[in-house]
Amino acid sequence: MTSKLEKKLNKLKKQLMEITGSENVDDSTSGRLVYSYDATPNFQALPDFVVSPRTAEEIAEILKLCSETSTPVYTRGSGTNLCADTCPLKGGVVLLMKYLNNILELDKENLTITVQPGTITKTISDLVEKEDLFYPPDPSSMKISTIGGNLAENSGGLRGLKYGVTKDYVMALQVALPNGELIRTGGKLTKDVAGYDLTHLFVGSEGTLGVITEATLKLIPKPESQKTILALYQDIEAAGRSVSAIIANKMIPVTLEFLDQDTIRAVEEFAHIGLPTNVKAILLIVQDGPKEIVDRDIHKIAEICREEQAVDVRLATSDEEAEELATARRSALSALARLKPTTILEDATVPRSEIAAMVRAITEVAQKYRVRISTFGHAGDGNLHPTCLTDARDEEEMKRVEEAFAEIFERAIELGGTLTGEHGVGATKAPYLEWKLGKAGLDVMRGIKQSIDPQGIMNPGKVFAETGKERMVTVK
Amino acid sequence: MMTPAEKQRIQKEFKEEMDYDELLNCMRCGFCLPSCPTYIETGHQEKHSPRGRIALMKGVNDGIIEPDDDFAHSLDLCLGCRACEPVCPSGVQYGHLLEDARAILQRNKKQTVRVKMLRKGVFEQLFPRQDRMEKVTGLIGFYQRSGLSKVARKVGFMNLFPESMATMEKVLPEVPRRSEMKQRPRYFEHEGEKKATVALFAGCLMDTMFFDTNNATIKLLRKAGCDVEIPENQLCCGALHGHNGELEKSKEMAKRNIEAFEAAEADYIITNAGGCSAFLIEYDHLLKNEPEWADRAKHFVGKLKDISRILVELDFQKTHRLQLPDQIITYQDSCHLRNVMKTFNEPRILLKAIEGVHFVELEGADTCCGSAGDYNIVQPEMAMQILDHKMEKVADTCAQIIVTANPGCLLEMKLGVERAHKSNEVRAMHIADVLVEALVNE
Repeated sequence: MTSKLEKKLNKLKKQLMEITGSENVDDSTSGRLVYSYDATPNFQALPDFVVSPRTAEEIAEILKLCSETSTPVYTRGSGTNLCADTCPLKGGVVLLMKYLNNILELDKENLTITVQPGTITKTISDLVEKEDLFYPPDPSSMKISTIGGNLAENSGGLRGLKYGVTKDYVMALQVALPNGELIRTGGKLTKDVAGYDLTHLFVGSEGTLGVITEATLKLIPKPESQKTILALYQDIEAAGRSVSAIIANKMIPVTLEFLDQDTIRAVEEFAHIGLPTNVKAILLIVQDGPKEIVDRDIHKIAEICREEQAVDVRLATSDEEAEELATARRSALSALARLKPTTILEDATVPRSEIAAMVRAITEVAQKYRVRISTFGHAGDGNLHPTCLTDARDEEEMKRVEEAFAEIFERAIELGGTLTGEHGVGATKAPYLEWKLGKAGLDVMRGIKQSIDPQGIMNPGKVFAETGKERMVTVK
Repeated sequence: MMTPAEKQRIQKEFKEEMDYDELLNCMRCGFCLPSCPTYIETGHQEKHSPRGRIALMKGVNDGIIEPDDDFAHSLDLCLGCRACEPVCPSGVQYGHLLEDARAILQRNKKQTVRVKMLRKGVFEQLFPRQDRMEKVTGLIGFYQRSGLSKVARKVGFMNLFPESMATMEKVLPEVPRRSEMKQRPRYFEHEGEKKATVALFAGCLMDTMFFDTNNATIKLLRKAGCDVEIPENQLCCGALHGHNGELEKSKEMAKRNIEAFEAAEADYIITNAGGCSAFLIEYDHLLKNEPEWADRAKHFVGKLKDISRILVELDFQKTHRLQLPDQIITYQDSCHLRNVMKTFNEPRILLKAIEGVHFVELEGADTCCGSAGDYNIVQPEMAMQILDHKMEKVADTCAQIIVTANPGCLLEMKLGVERAHKSNEVRAMHIADVLVEALVNE
């Protein structure tokens, strides 16, 4: 048996090498181990091969070969995702995008940039800002994550409230399909209704349909100025109410971030930027645009926060200080990891009007299941990151953690929300997906998957669960 | 090639000795990736990144993989610059993990008799013995002064060595005579108002090959108002041993140094070598399992400061006029001074205080130059690749002086200048030498 499997793998290795050259196919033990994980705790599986193609054509050929041989394919950028989407759960091929990292074109007439998938998101953002243009999506991992990963996950970020998320900035794609075809979707067009919107089918498809080999992104003019304030609270729910009040007053800040005390302390311990560690919660609020409007909005927002019992409202005095605050916020998840061996985070999301209710629900759930949950997140767009601080070695506690998260999903859906706002379904939330979509909804997705990837080679084990979870009924 | 028995032994020792909580502390977010020179230089290969190396260590520990030559290579290629530590939000102590893993591999390494003898000679007989360091340096001095060096270069003797070594030979500073080293007093009085009593950690290389820089350091300390003592019986810090998997030897040296400085009873212990200071400041970690030494190590560590930090704390740059002819100057961080000692503003404050000098920040000053202890000798290819990229950035600054704060970095910068054929236009200098040169009314 073993020899039969070995024979099959040897043959596949030879075929892969014919496509990419032998130097780009790695089946060494350490080579495979370092692509056996991503940033999701408790997921690890070794691939059989790590393959680094140089062109879209090579990728298409690899997909065709893998379809013919029923070999799983896991596309990988920097491996920073948080739902195990890059973990090769069923072995097979990890497809590395490290060579496809070029910026192909900056089109200043159409305000677009065309890039290869392995380009680091921040590289794009920095490049366009030098030209006074702006690419708003800014996931916390933007310094490390690749744009291909952002597209596959439809990543959000700190600026989602005002500017939306990755999908709002994608105009055209080139995609390699499992049948070995390369297709182009969309164009540099504001209006385009020719056929189904395939561009947005692939965005957020989590590598389960094809491989994005090129993307044309929309740019906007860079805002003239921006200001940042910190509002401090001794009452978590007051912070939640402030968020709703700001929006109800018809103001849409760029960023409206929430950090609880655990998070503030962990972040401060890492960043040493003088965050007040004696308060229960902080709102980090940023507004951008023409200077007069920014001043007016920030003044009004500060007033609202004070009315909602903020104990203090501080204005960042320089751009550097504002940037430090944003950078510190981006480190929140990893900083929390210093408190306990395992940090499991979710991103249940609710309509922004329900944010205070969601904060309350999380506190209740943590008490009910006796687990430690710290919360931070994009309060302004209803996207919170309750993060459970635990230890994967403690099996009994891990069970309670799982139950607690199931109830958080349940509560979020009851409030009109969703399982995941920006991290993706992947393997972690696949068993719960039916709760959100219903059986008929999930069947539509299965049909799409079947028609594009009949052999099921693209990222198997993700999004579609082998067995779903029984939906629980919460006692109110 | 490792034998199955070796692999088994290594695996067992990993299980027994590696700090598993620290391995778990890495949550694999990847925030370290952009800071890692080998990850960048190898075209984003995960196995040459901190996250990848920690995953490999954990993989061996968990029994998912066996340790093999690839695994050892991944650890060998690490510069140990520790740039991944300050950017790690989880606070993973990568340097400690690397040191422990390297010690296990080193212990189990099959080495040729020649390499064994050489290691024994260098690590046991040379570096722990300051008198022998002086003798060897004396030989280099003789080689330089006698004209032998010119003959050697002429007949192409140096061509027998790898290119980096051959160039390195050209850039070695002119070393002092042994008698000069011997005659230096051990106590120096402060000038002006007295502000502190300090003990100088002289360092093995600094006090031989860079003897003049140590003298400059003493001069600056006196001018800043310090009584300076150079305690007797101090040794090499042990960093080279520690970084090369010879942890037991470095523990011995740590103990001797702690004793030597306890006798001095100074307010501060001052170093002028980032590499040494980063090792000295972790003596408490090194000796954490030896109860009778733990407290003494803590006390020692609490007094440690880099020369630039104490100068800024004592307002040296405000109380002394510093001036140089009009020129551009730039600064290359010592990785260990920056990432472990967290001293990076002070050298810049001092350099910016020099009149006539235009300070230009070097892009990527916070990343390793490729020197990294003996890295440029054991991994010459990667070291030269990193250095050449560094020199491109240096060229962008148009600086006439590149300042550093560690002997290894200084030699590497000199090597880079030589390789770029710029030795007539650009000088690489230690910050203490620059400041002494800039002192007005001397």
